[in-house]
Amino acid sequence: MLLLLLTQLLNSLAFAMLLFLLALGLSLIFGVARVVNLAHGAFYLLGAYLGLALGASLGSFWLVLLLVPLLVGLLGVLVERFLLRGLHGRELEQVLVTIGLGFILADLLRAFFGAAIRSVPPPAELAGPLFLGSFIYPKYPLFVLVMGVLLFLLVRLLLARTPFGVQVRAVTADPGMASTLGIQPARVSLLTFGIGTALAGLGGVVGAPMIALAPGLDAQMTLFALIVVVIGGLGRIEGAFWGAILVGLVDGFGRLFLPQLAMFLIFALMALVLALKPEGLLGRRLA
Amino acid sequence: MATIRRRQLIKAGLGLAGLAASSRFSFSLAQQEPIRIGVVLSYSGPYARLGQEITRGMELYLEKVGYQAGGRRIQLLKEDEEADPAVAVRKVRKLVEQDRVNLLSGIILSSSAYGIRDYVHERQIPLIIANAAANGITRERRSPYIFRTSISAWQQHYPMGPWVARNVGKKVFLLALDYAFGKEATAAFKEGFLQAGGEPVAELYTPLGSTDYSAVISRIAAARPEAVHAVLSGSDAVIFLRQFIQFGLNRSIQLAVSGEVTDENVLEAIGDAALGAKSADHWVYTLNNSANREFIRAYRQKFNAVPNHFAVRGYDAMQFIVDAINTVQGDLSNRQRLLGAIESAKIISPRGFVQMDPETNNVTQHVYAREVARIDGVLTNRLLADLGTIRDPGK
Repeated sequence: MLLLLLTQLLNSLAFAMLLFLLALGLSLIFGVARVVNLAHGAFYLLGAYLGLALGASLGSFWLVLLLVPLLVGLLGVLVERFLLRGLHGRELEQVLVTIGLGFILADLLRAFFGAAIRSVPPPAELAGPLFLGSFIYPKYPLFVLVMGVLLFLLVRLLLARTPFGVQVRAVTADPGMASTLGIQPARVSLLTFGIGTALAGLGGVVGAPMIALAPGLDAQMTLFALIVVVIGGLGRIEGAFWGAILVGLVDGFGRLFLPQLAMFLIFALMALVLALKPEGLLGRRLA
Repeated sequence: MATIRRRQLIKAGLGLAGLAASSRFSFSLAQQEPIRIGVVLSYSGPYARLGQEITRGMELYLEKVGYQAGGRRIQLLKEDEEADPAVAVRKVRKLVEQDRVNLLSGIILSSSAYGIRDYVHERQIPLIIANAAANGITRERRSPYIFRTSISAWQQHYPMGPWVARNVGKKVFLLALDYAFGKEATAAFKEGFLQAGGEPVAELYTPLGSTDYSAVISRIAAARPEAVHAVLSGSDAVIFLRQFIQFGLNRSIQLAVSGEVTDENVLEAIGDAALGAKSADHWVYTLNNSANREFIRAYRQKFNAVPNHFAVRGYDAMQFIVDAINTVQGDLSNRQRLLGAIESAKIISPRGFVQMDPETNNVTQHVYAREVARIDGVLTNRLLADLGTIRDPGK
């Protein structure tokens, strides 16, 4: 029983780190560009399929891990510059554009890769289980877990210590004041959108060996990312991190003990947070 | 000048088209109207791949007979079921009322089959179900106009129970998707398994479309069964198998699953790690009969891919229809004669000898135990044992 709980704890945390990658991007983009990017799941799917295609031709998981986020981030930059910038301040239109973009991306992927279910094997170094006495656990989720935590610490450090991080925080807090101080919100917003979508693409590459690829996954991932940021609080990376862990644990242990109610438990948690603390557990109260 | 030339061109084109139309008209008068078969299958959504494979099978068979039966031409009118019973009802009405089809076929989802049942029954349009497996379709909700040429959930899983108890292990973990097919299949397996002295160690139902099976895997690891009987399909089957292997459970626990789990579409996504998994199904790649060899050769030649049981189901649905139309010599005006012809149809299918059971309107057929193997370079299933001719009891 103890081993079962430990296994499920690790499973939940690994899935939580995948959700964290998605929610972090969504949260950063919202903080700076004030756009709820509903195409986020489609960027995840794009990353996953690109990883599948490049992995087959390059043969190296690590190279793909580096390359795909760059490509997806580049697409994100182009989307911000040519689709969203012109709609600055018109939130409803921006959200509609991201929904449409999500549909287009997902359908293009479907047209190109077909409706078949695809799955990517983990790299040889991380394939198969790890034996710790009587405890057996696959290596790959452990890798995802470690990577998620390292990424959280890294992004936190970048936001706290680097000039760009300061600018991001300034624009998130008050774009008007930031621009009077010589920061260009447009440039910060462009870069942040690129980083946010790159994180979604990274999520796709990292997630593909854990969960299969199929049409429809984009909507599922957008939904999970939204739930995480609603629970954790928008605009703060701590919110995305702890929100993802909470959702991962509720989802994982829900599936273990009450499989039929797993999804319901997540929504119930979200409803509870919205009722008691509408700004999210670690969110800031918006004026 | 340019405009004149264009006008002349258009006139000439129209003339030619008219000629073609009139000659076709006289041709069809001589040959009678074509027989129109309405096909409703999912071409989008989570079951798009199934719809594609069943259609491939149907067209493969019709090509074999030159789109002819009983001296008449055959025409397929395809509509998208969209994995939604409400849509299926709408599409069936359209095919019947607007396109005036003579017969209906297809239907992926059992819920669609239930949804269209009363309408088809009232309009008295013969329906040949090519996939939907819920037992009730040919049991309590049976109709004299509705036939099933695929398989019932009970038929596919009941014979596997005693076979697993005797050949794989007595302690089995039961896992299935939490919907009608998963429950009926598990109940049928359990029925046969208990009779043969098997002991299910646990029974677990998971929601359709899960992204993560690690919780299920943990439960299986903790229960320490000899084997797992899983009833999953599509992406659920892929994710489950992948994680089962990642956790290394395939070293100590055998897989004895529904034929849906080791369908060739799923294997394509899993790769060699699934080698050795056992399953029960009504078709096996290595069945050594001439119909199967011919089917596999034609499928591989046309689509350059590995065939699967969905393509076989489409192939056989058309084979039953063509056989019945041949029996009535293309005269569909007497509906009772047509229904009688379907009821007494016997075909030589890639799955072996298949016969319509006039009492239940469900086909009686062989069910086989199979094992995932690499054969001629392709990942597929090989025959382990013939579990005999299985007839659905109809109640």
